[in-house]
Amino acid sequence: MPPVERVLTDDLLEAIRGYFPRYPNRRAVVLPALHVVLERLGHVPPQAVVEIAQLLELAPAEVQDTLSFYGLFKQDGPCGRVRVWVCRSLSCAACGGEELLDYLCERLGIRPGETTPDGRVSLEFAECLGACDFAPAMLAGRVLHKNLTREKIDEFVASLLAESGKRKAESGV
Amino acid sequence: MSDHEPVLLANVHKPDSHTLAAYQAGGGYRTLRRVLKEMPPEEVVGQVRASNLRGRGGAGFPTGLKWSFLPTDRPGPVYMCVNADESEPGTFSNRVLMELDPHQVLEGTILSCYATRASTAYIYLRYEYPLAHERLEAAIAECYKAGLLGRKVLGHDFSLDVHVHRGAAAYVCGEETGLIESLEGKRAWPRIKPPFPAVEGLFRRPTVVNNVETLACVTHILERGVDWFRSIGTPPDPSDPRDPGSFGPKLYCLSGHVNRPGVYEGPLGLPCREVIDRFGGGVWKGRKAKAAVPGGLSTGLLSAAELDTPMDFSGPVRAGCLGLGTAGVIVLDETYSMVDFLHNSCRFFAHESCGQCTPCREGTRWALEMMERIKAGRGRLKDLELLLEIAESIGIIPGTTICGLADGAAWPIKNAITKFRGEFEDFLRRTNPAGYKVARPVPALEASPGHAPGGNGHGAAAGMGRRLTAHDVSALTPAVSQGERGA
Repeated sequence: MPPVERVLTDDLLEAIRGYFPRYPNRRAVVLPALHVVLERLGHVPPQAVVEIAQLLELAPAEVQDTLSFYGLFKQDGPCGRVRVWVCRSLSCAACGGEELLDYLCERLGIRPGETTPDGRVSLEFAECLGACDFAPAMLAGRVLHKNLTREKIDEFVASLLAESGKRKAESGV
Repeated sequence: MSDHEPVLLANVHKPDSHTLAAYQAGGGYRTLRRVLKEMPPEEVVGQVRASNLRGRGGAGFPTGLKWSFLPTDRPGPVYMCVNADESEPGTFSNRVLMELDPHQVLEGTILSCYATRASTAYIYLRYEYPLAHERLEAAIAECYKAGLLGRKVLGHDFSLDVHVHRGAAAYVCGEETGLIESLEGKRAWPRIKPPFPAVEGLFRRPTVVNNVETLACVTHILERGVDWFRSIGTPPDPSDPRDPGSFGPKLYCLSGHVNRPGVYEGPLGLPCREVIDRFGGGVWKGRKAKAAVPGGLSTGLLSAAELDTPMDFSGPVRAGCLGLGTAGVIVLDETYSMVDFLHNSCRFFAHESCGQCTPCREGTRWALEMMERIKAGRGRLKDLELLLEIAESIGIIPGTTICGLADGAAWPIKNAITKFRGEFEDFLRRTNPAGYKVARPVPALEASPGHAPGGNGHGAAAGMGRRLTAHDVSALTPAVSQGERGA
């Protein structure tokens, strides 16, 4: 049987090992490890689950058990470069958040849970982002977009296009 | 009522309020220095007990009492978990504290760890707070550099490590034992209590779990004194010897249909109407309030007639709500549909149920399915009875679940249908004139995907080649009573 290609690079393994001294056992490093991998690879493929388990001296099923509880960790393929979470909880919904989510779906051409074909953006529901003072709100990567309007959504989509245009130019495509 | 001088929000408007320099310039860590020099840990616990500080995370359990459950005769580490998972809809006060005044949170944490002899504190921070994450990490680094954390804090015989542990978008991680299970690297399934975390918690060691705002209060109690703390808020009800009162300053979150959403500070016990009008500038667009969530979605609803309810630990309970919760007030104006409210609530709790306990896992799911059917114009009056039946039977109050998420799921159902029944009945009548009076059960198997009559479905329906009726179901399970099958 041909050797399986390793998914976790040395620096990823090193980053995960960095958490060991914080906890009295390695099982507690499961969630930090999943975050490290998600951040770098955009998802946590099954092979990464096996490698995390090896590093933490757990069974792969134990890591998969934890991973599958949290909807955050996609497994089938990378998320878009930007992962957009649109809040659908009460304060945002009461301030028009659901209609604005529909508008964003229209502008991006995808439904929640999907990624644009060019890999730019993933769109997801979020439950209460804790940004109710700025409802309706959405989190795009690490940036909180506050008091959303159709105009702000247009600006956001335009900025995504500009950014991907820049990337294309820089890569000479 | 005399104006309350903010203490929790005293620094948040200052430039660079999140830095150590700014915090110390305003007198920060002065209390920590004094306490480490002059007060033994037991005395700190004594002060917090005497203050009757109650947890600000939602349950309102007396903090000093919780700390007193720690065993005094077990050697080995004690852990502190700072509950920064803040996921209760309508709540964002912890976020503001961590983003704009992380050192206030850290000083309270360090003092509390000193008092409880905790040697490691984990700040369990929800995933969706990236700015708070950045600010906390920076503040922790500043503390280590300044000798406020690490071995021998400020030269004293007390060492403390603080680590941020990021969550992964699960509401149930705000439940103290759900948080602990998640920190341990497992599915966030809450534990049966007892044993309580103080006896057997994180990594099976004595553990204290406290909310961010609660810890921030500890510093102010030690700085300004127990008498100052008890001069603010609502004293105990003299007719109830077990009432600890509602003392101290509180952060009120305002959102929804108000002119000035945001976080505001006031004494515990302000009437909800005053919070909305004085802090929030009143209901938006010149409209009137139809209802207000008092303390985060799980606490239920106050009707417009109940808005004079005082926002302390007892007031909302008297109005039939679950409790003060997080004092996250969500205002809903006269144009907002209570059917939409309840659908939104049921969707939230069905999504967030961890799935461990059957009443919650199934009850929240069926409640959502019923609300979807109602919104789609196929609801019946009977559904209101069924929703209330679910609400009465799931939770730690009826004693059928391990944690209180189910009670939180139940309360909006109870309050919305009880307090706005007329609106629900009108909606049903209007949207389903032909069928709203039908009381016959909706065959559950018919409503569930994967049980198409005679089709690819599994189980009895496919095998029999025809649709299962209620008769078949009761024949299969003779112990179950007739007539109430399905939803």
